[in-house]
Amino acid sequence: MKGEMKELKLTVNGRPYELKVKPETLLVDLLRQELKLTGTKVGCLDSACGACTVNIDGKAVRSCSVLALQANGHEVTTIEGVADSDKLHPIQQAMIDHGAIECGFCTPGMVMSAKALLAENPNPTREAVKEAIQGNLCADEGYVKYIEAIEIAAREMRGGQ
Amino acid sequence: MDETFGNYSILGKAIPRVDAKAKVTGQAKYAADFEVANMLWGQIKRSPYAHARILNIDTSKAEKLPGVKAVTTGKDFGGFKWGWSGPTRDEEPLAVEKVRYLYEGVAGVAAVDEDTAQEACDLIEVEYEPLPGVFSPTEAMQKGAPLVHDDRPGNICVEYHWNFGDVDKAFAESYLVREDTFQTPRMAKGYLEPPAVVAYWPDPDRIVYIGAKGSPYFPYRILARCFNLPLSNVRIITPIIGSDFGGTKNDMTPADFSAVMLAKKAGRPVKIVTTQFDALTTDLRRHPMWITVKTGVTKDGILKATYLKAVADGGAYTRMSPLTMFLVGTCMTLPYELPNFKYDAYNYFTNNPSSAAMRGHGLYHSRFAADVQLDMIAEELGLDPVEIRLKNSIPNPKPGETYETVNAVHMATCGVQECIEKVAEAVNWKARKKKVEGDKAYGMGFAAATYNSGTKLSAHNACAAIVRVCEDGSVNYLTGATDVGQGSDTIMSAIVAEVLGIKLDDIDLKRVDSAFTPVDPGSYGSRVTVHAGEAAKKAAQDAKSQLLEVAAEQFGVKPEDVEIKDKKVFVKSNPEKNMAWERLVRIACYETPGKVIIGRGYSTQGISMYGLADFSKGAGDIGTNYSFTAQASEVEVDVETGVVKCTDKNVIAHDCGFPLNIQAVETQVQGGSYHQGISAAVYEEFKMDSGQTLNPNLVDYKRPRAYEAPMTEVIHVITNDPYGPFGAKEASEGSCCSAPPSIVSAIHDATGVWIKDLPTQPEKVFWALKKKRDKTQK
Repeated sequence: MKGEMKELKLTVNGRPYELKVKPETLLVDLLRQELKLTGTKVGCLDSACGACTVNIDGKAVRSCSVLALQANGHEVTTIEGVADSDKLHPIQQAMIDHGAIECGFCTPGMVMSAKALLAENPNPTREAVKEAIQGNLCADEGYVKYIEAIEIAAREMRGGQ
Repeated sequence: MDETFGNYSILGKAIPRVDAKAKVTGQAKYAADFEVANMLWGQIKRSPYAHARILNIDTSKAEKLPGVKAVTTGKDFGGFKWGWSGPTRDEEPLAVEKVRYLYEGVAGVAAVDEDTAQEACDLIEVEYEPLPGVFSPTEAMQKGAPLVHDDRPGNICVEYHWNFGDVDKAFAESYLVREDTFQTPRMAKGYLEPPAVVAYWPDPDRIVYIGAKGSPYFPYRILARCFNLPLSNVRIITPIIGSDFGGTKNDMTPADFSAVMLAKKAGRPVKIVTTQFDALTTDLRRHPMWITVKTGVTKDGILKATYLKAVADGGAYTRMSPLTMFLVGTCMTLPYELPNFKYDAYNYFTNNPSSAAMRGHGLYHSRFAADVQLDMIAEELGLDPVEIRLKNSIPNPKPGETYETVNAVHMATCGVQECIEKVAEAVNWKARKKKVEGDKAYGMGFAAATYNSGTKLSAHNACAAIVRVCEDGSVNYLTGATDVGQGSDTIMSAIVAEVLGIKLDDIDLKRVDSAFTPVDPGSYGSRVTVHAGEAAKKAAQDAKSQLLEVAAEQFGVKPEDVEIKDKKVFVKSNPEKNMAWERLVRIACYETPGKVIIGRGYSTQGISMYGLADFSKGAGDIGTNYSFTAQASEVEVDVETGVVKCTDKNVIAHDCGFPLNIQAVETQVQGGSYHQGISAAVYEEFKMDSGQTLNPNLVDYKRPRAYEAPMTEVIHVITNDPYGPFGAKEASEGSCCSAPPSIVSAIHDATGVWIKDLPTQPEKVFWALKKKRDKTQK
C-alpha cells in the first residue's frame, strides 16, 4: 500500500542503519534525500547513464533501478565511503593525477564501477575496463583518461606489477 | 605525460584540477544537491500540443490540494518577454496566449514534496485550441504555412546574404566546380546533469538563485528585468556544473522563472529539479541543418571560390539562432585560403523545441560539409587528401604580421599546416593501406578545422577578476567566469599563482556569487581562457605590483628590481637579499597603517582589436584568435550490417596557441572529438514526428560509450598567440569540427560510399553499400 512504511536494515559505508521507508522508495532517493549522501548522482532514472552507481556487497549496481527495500540486509557503499578517511582510494588518486575528471558528474558512478571491477579482477585487460564502465555515460571527457586511470590504479593496487 | 612546454613554474605542464578531489569523493555540490531550510518542491505543467492557442487555465483544483503552497501561470509575469538580445525577445517565462512546441511550460506548482506538486500539476485544467503546425524548414517556408509567431511572416527567424570577392567569375574560371548538399542532425546537448534550481527571497525585494548555469550572469540580468529589481538585489550563486555545451545552461527555462516566482508567492524557498526526459524533450538542441556547398578549384586543387547555402530548423523561439547562422558562415574562409566567398543563410521557426548553440557552434556544420567535399574534389582530381589540404592551408603568419581573410577575419597565428603534417606523420599516412577482413572493411579519413577563440559579441565582452591577498599570504581569487568542466577554475588559479610567484595550493578560487564576484558575459564561444585568463593575469599583476613596492622599500631598491618566485621575494641583482612571501605580505598588511592588497583586472586585448563583426554583411572578427586542428580517424565498417566503429587509430593535432594545462587540453580535445564530434557523425539524432521527440531517453537516444571510444592521441602544436594570455587560444571546440568529416571520409576510404547526411547510422550505411553493390552487379 502506498504510504505504508516498511522496516529496512542495511549498512551504508560501514555504518548500520535501521530505518522506516515507503515501499516505493528507490535506493538512490534513500541515499540522497534521507541519508543526505548526495555524492551519488541522478542523471536519467532510466538505468541508462550510470551516474547513480553504488556498490552492493561489492557489486556495481545502479541505485535508481533498485528499491531501497531490496538492499535490506546488504552492505551498500557509496562514493562517500570509498576513501579511507583522508587517504584516497588508488582509483580516486589515479583519476586526479591522470587528469581524468572534467565536469565530474559521472565521476562517482565511474569510481564505483571501477571499484567493483578491480575487486573481482585485479588485472583487467583494456577491453575488460571498457566493459566495466560501459554503463557509465560521460558527457565531456572522451573516456580515454578514465580508462587509463583505472589501469594505473589496478597496477598500483597490485603493488606496481 | 612528462611533456612540458615553456619556462614557467606552473603553466605548460600537467596541472591537477583544483576541484578534482571534491569531485572524486562525492563532496562537490551540484545544483540538485542543495537544500535550504523550509524548502518546497516545484513542478512544471507542460503543454500536450506542439502548437495551440491557450483559451483558459483553471488552477483552482490544484490550489485546493493539501500540501500545495503556490501556483503560477504566465500571467503572473505581466507580459515580460526575454531573448538572446533586445530585438529577439520573443519568449515568455510560461506560455500565455500560445504554446509553440510540445511540452512548453504553461504553469508551475510549489508543494511540500515532488509527488504533491506533480499531482497538483495534473489538476490544473488548460483549455487549448489546437493549431496546425510546421515541423521542418521545408514545411515552414511554404506559402500560406501556419505561422509560429504571428508577427514573423514566412516563419523566417534569421536571414543573411553575404558576398565577398566575385564568386561567379571565379566559378567560370575554375577547372572543376562541385555542388553537394549535406545534412547535420538534431542533437541533444548531452549533459548528464539535468538543469536544477533552488530559489528564495531573503527579503521582499531580494532574490537568491542557485542554479546549474554555465553563464550565471544571464539569469542575473534576466531575473532583475523580469522582477523589476536593481541588479544589486539579485544574487546568483553558482554550484559545480555538470557540463553545459551551450544553450539551456546559459539561458533560462520555465523552471528557472517558475522557481523564483513560486518562492515569491509562497514566501518559502523552492527547488525544481528537471528530469532527463524534460531535458531531452524541451531543452535546447543543436540545429538540424541542410548545407549546400558549391566549390570551384584549379586543376591543381587550389580553392578559387565557395558558395554556401545553409537552411536551418530554428525551432519555436529565436534564442541564439542569429549567432548560429553567423558562425556557420564566418569561418568558411579558414583554415584554407579562399579568395571568393558567398553565403546565403535561412533559419526558420518551426513547432519543434528551440535550437541553439552547441559545442562546435556553427562551424561544425559548414566545416563538415566543406571538408568532406574537399575529399570528393581530391578524388576527382586524383590528389591525396593530405596534399590538397597542405596546398590550400593558411600559412602561419610571421611574428608581428597578420593574415586577413576575404571576409576580414584576422589571425596572428595559424598552426594548421603543422597540425596536418604532424598527424600525417603520426599515422604514417602515406603508408596506410585499406584492408578488408571478412565482413569488416577498414579505412582512414583526414580533416582539418578551426574554431574562433575568445569570442566577442556586441556590448559587454570583458571578463574581470579580483585578487585578494590575505595577511597570512593565502589568496582569494574572485572570478566572474564559470568552470562547467572545461577546467577554467584550475587555469585561473594557476595563472594567478604563476604571476604572483606562489604555489597553486595558495589560491582559493571563489566561484560566481554575483553579490561578490565581478560581472562576466559567460562560458560560451570558447572565450573563457582567453578573456578570463587575461583578467586573471592583470589582477595578479596589479596585486603583485602593490607588494613589490613594499618589498622595494624593505630592500632599499626600486620595485622593478624585485622578483617573486617559488614563494621567495628577492632582489634580482642580488638574490641573497630575500625574504619569504608570507613575511612580505605580513609587513605589507601590518606596517602602520597597513595596506589592503586587492588586485583588479579586466580583459581588453582581444576586444579592442579590429572592432566587432558585422552580422548582416558577415565581415569582421568574432574571435580574438583562432585555434586549428587536424585529425585522422580510422573506422571499421561492417559491410553486412552497416555498423561503423572507430578504431584506436585516431590522432588529433591541436594548435591551442600554448597549452596552459596539458592534461586539460588533452581531455578537452579528446572529449570534444568523441562526444560532440564522432557522436554527431556516427550515433546521435533525435527522431521526430510532428513535434514529438520519439527517443526521449538515454536508451533510445544513442550516446557514445566507453567500449566504442577510440583511444585518441593528442599532439600539441605551439604557436604562442600574441592575443591570448601566455600565448593561449581555445582548446574545446576545434576537435568537434574535425571529427565528423574525418569519419565520413574514413567510411568512404573503407567502402567507396559517401554518406552526406549525418549520423552514419547502420541503416544508412547498409543501404548505401547495397546501392553500390547493385550498381556494380549491373
